[in-house]
Amino acid sequence: MSATTAGMPVAPRVRPTGKRNYARRYWLFAMPAAMVVVAVILFPWLFTLVMSVNDWKVSGNVYFVGLGNYQHLFRDPRFLWAVARTLYFTTAAVIAPMLIGVWAAVCFASNFKFRGVARTIFIMPMMATPVAIALVWTMMFHPQLGVLNYLLSLAGLPPLSWVYNSTTVIPTLVMVETWQWTPLVMLIVLGGIASLPIDPYEAAVIDGANGWQMFRYITVPLVWPFIVVAAAMRIIDALKAFDTIFVITNGGPGTSSETINMLLYQTAFGYYDLGYASAMVVVFFVLILLVTGVLLRMRRWEHGI
Amino acid sequence: MIGRRTLLTGTAAVLAMPAIVERVGAQSAFDWKRYQGQTIVVSLTKNPRADNLQQHEKEFESLTGIRVESEQMPEQQQRPKMVMELASGRPSFDVTHFSLHVSKRVVGSGRWLVDMRPYLADRALTAPDYDWADMSPGARRAATQPDGRIDSLPLETDIWLIYYNRQIFQQKGLAFPKTFDEMLATARKLNDPANGIYGFVGRGVKNANVPVWTSILLGQDQETVTPDGKTLLTDTPAAIWAGEMYKSLLRECAPPGVVGFNWNECQTSFMQGKVGMWMDGVGFTPPLLDPKVSKIVDHVGFGLMPAGPKAHACPVFTDALGIPVESKVKEAAYLYCQWATSKAMLLNLVNMGGGASPRLSTYNDPTLMKNSPFGQEWLATLLASMKIARSGLPEIIPVTEFRDVFGIALSNMVGGADVAAELRAATTAFKPILEQSLKT
Repeated sequence: MSATTAGMPVAPRVRPTGKRNYARRYWLFAMPAAMVVVAVILFPWLFTLVMSVNDWKVSGNVYFVGLGNYQHLFRDPRFLWAVARTLYFTTAAVIAPMLIGVWAAVCFASNFKFRGVARTIFIMPMMATPVAIALVWTMMFHPQLGVLNYLLSLAGLPPLSWVYNSTTVIPTLVMVETWQWTPLVMLIVLGGIASLPIDPYEAAVIDGANGWQMFRYITVPLVWPFIVVAAAMRIIDALKAFDTIFVITNGGPGTSSETINMLLYQTAFGYYDLGYASAMVVVFFVLILLVTGVLLRMRRWEHGI
Repeated sequence: MIGRRTLLTGTAAVLAMPAIVERVGAQSAFDWKRYQGQTIVVSLTKNPRADNLQQHEKEFESLTGIRVESEQMPEQQQRPKMVMELASGRPSFDVTHFSLHVSKRVVGSGRWLVDMRPYLADRALTAPDYDWADMSPGARRAATQPDGRIDSLPLETDIWLIYYNRQIFQQKGLAFPKTFDEMLATARKLNDPANGIYGFVGRGVKNANVPVWTSILLGQDQETVTPDGKTLLTDTPAAIWAGEMYKSLLRECAPPGVVGFNWNECQTSFMQGKVGMWMDGVGFTPPLLDPKVSKIVDHVGFGLMPAGPKAHACPVFTDALGIPVESKVKEAAYLYCQWATSKAMLLNLVNMGGGASPRLSTYNDPTLMKNSPFGQEWLATLLASMKIARSGLPEIIPVTEFRDVFGIALSNMVGGADVAAELRAATTAFKPILEQSLKT
């Protein structure tokens, strides 16, 4: 204590009123949510990572193998083909619904008779249960007894093998995916179009722009953020596609529709090789993270960030 | 006045009285009510065997006072669910229905199911008329693990046969083939794609297609692995011959798209009268004779599996019931297994066309097929098949991988790939998996 302050009475410490620091107690309120996150997200992920570095069979002993499962993964032609098929399926199952969905949104944005009824019918596939849809499509694809080949025969066209042929199976599955998820793209883009201002269009009309030019130079740039959101949702959904493929083809014929999801399901629950399947999950997760990262970057570019 | 019908009924009742009294005596000596009040959960695979059990479930509840909560699930979901729950050590069921040709070794290596030998030997737990020795030797062998434990009771032996369309055969003036070579020749003659008729149909989709190939292979007096389960016999000349036969039948004589067909697509094509012959399990009979779904009710024929160059054999696949070691009501669950595999229940199973009984006595029962819609040809085929039955799939732990690896090769063959090259590649791919499984 310095000489100048020595002997002076010490002022009592006054707690600032109205500015109590509750920060230290906030964690109590966050605890329930944090516990749920740890239990259902963090713990399963850590456990998956642990399993992926072990030779972990359901009925056998567990051995630590380090990165052995990962090394095997990148030498396993079945896995590498599954990655290629996943990318092929995802690309096609994003582009087709995006093109048709944007076109449908532009159509539904204009006024025409029975627009409401047509829009309701258009979004129906999205509301149905994927497994039920898959079963119905499976029956329709039957090469001899399915209604699709019957319709082709009425049009004088030869029958197709649909999902019963290794060449046509993925395009056919993409067709189902497109049928089901185009309405979602349409709804998102339609929402964007509905929010557009009318002024640019009036100015364009005065300047003599035609319909295509207004679409290309006004509508598309203005609804682009909505298109990016729809594309992001489609990419993530298409990468994760499982139920329709599982029910309709179970990865076949042979392995011609075996995506990463199908292979890892079979490895975990058919071969009971949990370690190897976990390594696949980790790699698949990294792939999804990369794709999501690219999409987020696209959104930032859009906003000039 | 006593009518002739009444008199006949009365006489039959008097004549049957000793048997009824004997049966009641046997039943009364055994206390079925010992565990009344308990509840058991039964997990069943969706198929006619499970239908038979559920249809008669109330009878078991009345007999024992034990409450049964059973559910059927498609095998694609039920199989992994069973294994994962057993491995977790906390199964949600007290009785599980499973295919020995798929899950026997994996449940055996985990020692997850109760060894029933002490129960079978216990007179307080096993009814005097149960008679384990009445199970066919093949069924008993199938239910016994390599270390001697009997951890399941056989519920059905699914033999494979050839369903054929009599009408199509008659139109072409052809007889049912006796050998595989004759079968291929007959299928070629029946094949008439221009009129929407195909000579043969069988499973083409991977995994499910393997039993078709192994069924043909048995005709060479060969299975896919050596009896000790250690060496693959999947690229031998016999295996290649069977592969060539499979390829020719499906590629030349089957409907387009057969490479994606499982049993249900095959069944649909056959029921619609589009196919001459269909090779598959006997348990798929009932819908073929149901006029609501089948167009060929009056034309279905049942034929014995053709002979090969070296042997005449029929593949067999066995279903069974087991009890998890963690079950809290093992004895009540055992009573259920015992009832489900009893003489009366397995007789019901055959009479409803749900499959073949693993019990020898079923086929000597005077009431067999009395009120059954299935004819004597069906029964005769069943009996003849039982005499030449052999295991249709190898008893190895990675049997699903085996079916996938060789199933993909078979699918590729249907697509035109070279049989020998595919089988050699599949053998090379599967060998390390088999060797690894032998170490665990």
